[in-house]
Amino acid sequence: MLEIKNLHVKLEDEDKVILKGVDLTVEAGKVHAIMGPNGSGKSTLSYVLSGRDGYRVTEGSATLDGADLLAMAPEERAAAGLFLAFQYPVEIPGVGNMTFLRTAVNAQRKARGEEEVSAADFLKLVRAQAKMLNIDADMLKRPVNVGFSGGEKKRNEILQMAILAPRMCILDETDSGLDVDAMRLVADGVNALRDGKRGFLVITHYQRLLDHIKPDVVHIMADGRIVRTGGPELALEVERNGYADILAEAI
Amino acid sequence: MAAPKPRGDLRAEITAARIAALDLPQGGFTAAARKEALARLQAMGLPTRRDEYWKYTDPTALTAPEAAPAAVLADDEPPVFGALDALKIVFVDGLFDAAASDDLSLAGIEISRLAEAGDIHWAKGLYGTLEAKGQVPVARPLAALNSAAASDGVLIRVTGRAPRPVELIYRHESEASDVILHHFVKIDPQAELTLLESGPGAARFNAVMEVDLGAGARFHHIRVQGRDHHRRAVTHLFARIAAGALFKSFTLTMNGALTRNEAVLDIAGDNAVAHVAGAVVGDAKTAPFHQDDTVFVTHDAVGCESRQVFKKVLKNGATGVFQGKILVRPGAQKTDGYQISQSLLLDGDSQFLAKPELEIYADDVKCSHGSTSGAIDETALFYLRSRGVPLAEAQSLLVLSFLADAIAEIEEAAIADAITQRLEGWLARRR
Repeated sequence: MLEIKNLHVKLEDEDKVILKGVDLTVEAGKVHAIMGPNGSGKSTLSYVLSGRDGYRVTEGSATLDGADLLAMAPEERAAAGLFLAFQYPVEIPGVGNMTFLRTAVNAQRKARGEEEVSAADFLKLVRAQAKMLNIDADMLKRPVNVGFSGGEKKRNEILQMAILAPRMCILDETDSGLDVDAMRLVADGVNALRDGKRGFLVITHYQRLLDHIKPDVVHIMADGRIVRTGGPELALEVERNGYADILAEAI
Repeated sequence: MAAPKPRGDLRAEITAARIAALDLPQGGFTAAARKEALARLQAMGLPTRRDEYWKYTDPTALTAPEAAPAAVLADDEPPVFGALDALKIVFVDGLFDAAASDDLSLAGIEISRLAEAGDIHWAKGLYGTLEAKGQVPVARPLAALNSAAASDGVLIRVTGRAPRPVELIYRHESEASDVILHHFVKIDPQAELTLLESGPGAARFNAVMEVDLGAGARFHHIRVQGRDHHRRAVTHLFARIAAGALFKSFTLTMNGALTRNEAVLDIAGDNAVAHVAGAVVGDAKTAPFHQDDTVFVTHDAVGCESRQVFKKVLKNGATGVFQGKILVRPGAQKTDGYQISQSLLLDGDSQFLAKPELEIYADDVKCSHGSTSGAIDETALFYLRSRGVPLAEAQSLLVLSFLADAIAEIEEAAIADAITQRLEGWLARRR
């Protein structure tokens, strides 16, 4: 479903190469995890896939269901089914969470040539999902992420993901800043979306999120490349021994 | 009369030329007040670019003997406050339109027209007094000119809780109209009024509103200045706020070659609240855009709160100005004064000029001010787009987000919604 081939990326403003040939395929229904030390390029990969400014692809390709992601604007990628759960969700004062969600859903539907969802149906959909993520009515009414705690922001990301129902979900360090209870809520939200048709790319520093969201495949990223790929046991190895051994081996 | 000015005095020349071109009303209960206003004007003289108070805004077009013509905009939007059940008072290029206006009688409120009020009127002894008081410590000659020469206006006295809002509608139909209107609003103790204003007024519009709030009175003022691109306007809002009273004013400015909105608030009684806010959207692509908010809040009582919230969105070389002052007089303890002015510059050609000032003569007060200029937040823009919101729509959402604090100063949700809809329309036309 998501196919990344030999992806090379550098920063637009400075001559700094971040990704040095990433190859990765995520199949429908699978959960892939990417682990790696700070500065290895994990977050850059998520930004490049979702279309953030400031990066230049110098080589390679990234496609979603065969469509060239790199040729699309961020909103087109979203309409094509890509979703990025942000490491640092953005606060937008003055724009209600519900208004934001509905604007996003209808924009994507419009882009796909579908009809807009009615206010009543939308409310029903949001309420059901919000309840599961323990998001109360007040959080839905408040401006997007404004005054939300770290856990609330991450739950709000998962709410958006559940409502937008993307084909391919990328979670960028969704576990950072979460306590154990919040992590369980977030993981339950993600697991509820594992329907055998969606793909997931879970970026994390730590094994503990993977205790809750069980990956099918684990990749270790270092210095802009994927240096090792394995099963869930690879994450446990990192947890026990750190990255040093794996990196030494890769070099 | 002021003494003759020496030759070559630009101020004296333009003042004399402007006065010579005025059509000064005679007689009536305001005759003495108008005469005094004219004397004030002659003593002060009209402003020029060299005046500190007009450093960022060129007053020439406002002081010239003749008004420059302004094309009339074919406005295809429904009336901004059309959904509100307001008592409408319509002026077309400054002339009262009886046919388009509602019957002026309303329970708890007494409305008459300046041009028709008899020789004995409750406003006798009040007309022009707040304007005169507002001339110190900073001169506001265009307001004195207004008091001297206003052709009409409304005199509103509120004795109870007005059952519906009153709306002053200013239509602009003649390209060459040059209009001066003066309103006086007196709200008795514990009484309440919502006053709406909408429309461009004229090619050149000079409006003064004096508002006298009794103890515990409440006044809500929401104004939408018309969308005409070439119009020029100077407005003054003078308010005296007694103990425990609430004053709230919000203005939306969209388009206009030149707009100077002054608010002069005198907080005279303890535990009173005064808020003044403005949202501005200016695009200098079609015509020049220059908008200036000049605010002077005086705290002269104990335990009062004032807030100034001004937000300006500027593009294609538009200019926004904010001059805001909080003066806390000796003895005005427990004052809570707040002021914020911010601009969102949508390109590198536009500019925002701000002069925030605090002058405090009491030691137990809380006052703060802030002023910022910035571009659209790229991270927020990417966040919205990553959720599927197209670029133009995402930019509009962020503009509304930026203006939200100013709009939040409007208490009634239906009015705030009407303002937001206008802004959405303005933004949609520029996508």
